[in-house]
Amino acid sequence: MTDLSRRQMFMKIATLFNGVVGTLLAIPIVRFVLSPITRAGKSGYESWIALGSIDQFPSGETRLATYRNPVAQASDGETADIPCWVRHVDNSRFQVFAINCAHLGCPVRWFPQSGLFMCPCHGGAYYADGSRASGPPERGLFEYPFKILDGKLHIQAGELFTPGPSASIDSKRPPCA
Amino acid sequence: MRLIRGVGNWLDQRFQLGAPIRETMQHPIPRDTASWFYVFGSAAMTVFGLQLVTGILLALIYVPSAGDAWNSLQILNHQVSLGWFIRALHGWGSNFMLAIVLVHMVQVFLFGAYKFPRELTWILGIFLLLMTLGMAFTGQVLRFDQDAYWGLGIGASIASRVPIVGPAVVKLMLGGPIIAGATLSRFFALHVFVIPGSLMLFVGLHVLLVLKLGINEWPMPGRLVRRASYVQEYHALTRTQGVPFMPYGVWKDVVFSGVILLVIAACALYFGPFGPTGQPDPRVIQTAPRPDFFFLWLYALLSLLPPSLETPVLLIGPTIALIVLLLLPFFSGEGEKSWKRRPIAVLTILLIAVTLGTFTNMASHTPWSPIMDAWSGAPIPAKFVSGRTPLQVQGALVFKSKQCHNCHALGESGGKRGPALDAVAVRLTGDQLVRQVLQGGGNMPAYGKNLNPAETVALVAFLESLHPSGQAPARDASRTAGVQP
Repeated sequence: MTDLSRRQMFMKIATLFNGVVGTLLAIPIVRFVLSPITRAGKSGYESWIALGSIDQFPSGETRLATYRNPVAQASDGETADIPCWVRHVDNSRFQVFAINCAHLGCPVRWFPQSGLFMCPCHGGAYYADGSRASGPPERGLFEYPFKILDGKLHIQAGELFTPGPSASIDSKRPPCA
Repeated sequence: MRLIRGVGNWLDQRFQLGAPIRETMQHPIPRDTASWFYVFGSAAMTVFGLQLVTGILLALIYVPSAGDAWNSLQILNHQVSLGWFIRALHGWGSNFMLAIVLVHMVQVFLFGAYKFPRELTWILGIFLLLMTLGMAFTGQVLRFDQDAYWGLGIGASIASRVPIVGPAVVKLMLGGPIIAGATLSRFFALHVFVIPGSLMLFVGLHVLLVLKLGINEWPMPGRLVRRASYVQEYHALTRTQGVPFMPYGVWKDVVFSGVILLVIAACALYFGPFGPTGQPDPRVIQTAPRPDFFFLWLYALLSLLPPSLETPVLLIGPTIALIVLLLLPFFSGEGEKSWKRRPIAVLTILLIAVTLGTFTNMASHTPWSPIMDAWSGAPIPAKFVSGRTPLQVQGALVFKSKQCHNCHALGESGGKRGPALDAVAVRLTGDQLVRQVLQGGGNMPAYGKNLNPAETVALVAFLESLHPSGQAPARDASRTAGVQP
């Protein structure tokens, strides 16, 4: 074995060694980068939150409520205060709608006069029960699961609603009048 | 003078960069390329330099925290001396950089500069365009106001539509489950470290290729590019009619860059900084979020696409566009360079420009959106209520209180979402009006649950009265047939 080929072999070993070290370092880096995803799989982001006494939501009316997101940091400021629309249908029947339009997430507004939720961005409109009325949305408004505990309205919340890949599948069959 | 030369020599002994720099500056370029058409690339680079400087200055004050970013922008605008001007320079610099990059790209395309052997220069340029767009979007997010907050929601909603990995991509983009502190921090890292770093690397490679391969010669109709002979022909051209890059080519670059910087400064001085608009508080929902100028066309497109086409167009459209742009120099790498002999190239540019211009123009008056507060403001013009029966006037009240005005214009006022109703009775009979109001259709919501029979009768009576005096209202032929004498 010549001196040169010996050094070339050393070079190969050194490169291999660096490759192994790099791979070892890549594991924590990748896990760090993916932590927002893996956290959702482990403990999840959602939990039950009280929106307040049901007396605040008169029967037959739709009102704006806000809650502090269950997963929040000090640096989040006001962005962790999330609004939602609470519709008290009657007795203990409620519907709690996400503020985000099912099209592209803009804040929908409730217009009691015309009985419609309307979106300021691309012109989506929804009926009082959240079902799609017109415009670009492919489905009705997103709804939070709710329950009533000790006279308080609780919703399961914690994640931004997005239309997701199934948006077009959900809406294949429009609701029958 | 002798001291300066001494220091220069001392440095050059160590760096040994003097000779290669002199050689680069003196390299021959074809005489025709010392033209005002060849100044856009260097101008884009100059504006990028301005963005780097003003960006660093802003970072001295800006706080990348969702709770404090908006306040730090207020401090920049109102308390730090000339903070507003630096913000304005950065904002206008961003618009000009994008505009110049686009003009540069169009010029390169029309002059056939992407053809052999400059394919890689073009491909690096495509990535530079994507990075510039990325800087514009992330920069809009750092101006952390209402538009930025809801704009992130729009970005997340688009990302969520990617099959299978959509929800994971959303969490990765937001850095968590909602738009909050972690989101702003990662957009700050992208805007300040990741994208500018890559931009600098790619700009370096892009310019290196221009120097190595030579600037594209002025395209002459009939002078075709052939892979076998192009390089020799180009060298022959620079040998016979070449001029040194410095000063023949450079002086126009320098003048144009200076003019652009001056125009940016003038815009910054006259128009001031962009925003911020309202605080990024999701509880304030009285807002109509709008993207910055260069994304307005997308805003219009998203409003006008049929719902079923939206996801495919959003996801497949950009992919196809990107593939076409990247492969362009490979399926059109030879042949004619001059725009005078490439009508399809010219028409393509015109078509894209007209399309984007139309969408941008539509986005500036959003005819697809109901006017959210029209019901409280504009009254129904007097000519539509004077001389009407009490029932019809009652109908006009219903029209007002049920906010029909938000989507439908009467006279000059009202929304443009639905058709104007000035002459609706000419188009629809009473029965058709009842059906349209109660059941909706054609993008109009159904109002059946929201109108009692008396309101419906009054509203339709009012609508039936809306026809020009000289024109008879529409009538149902089957109904009136028996009554005719």
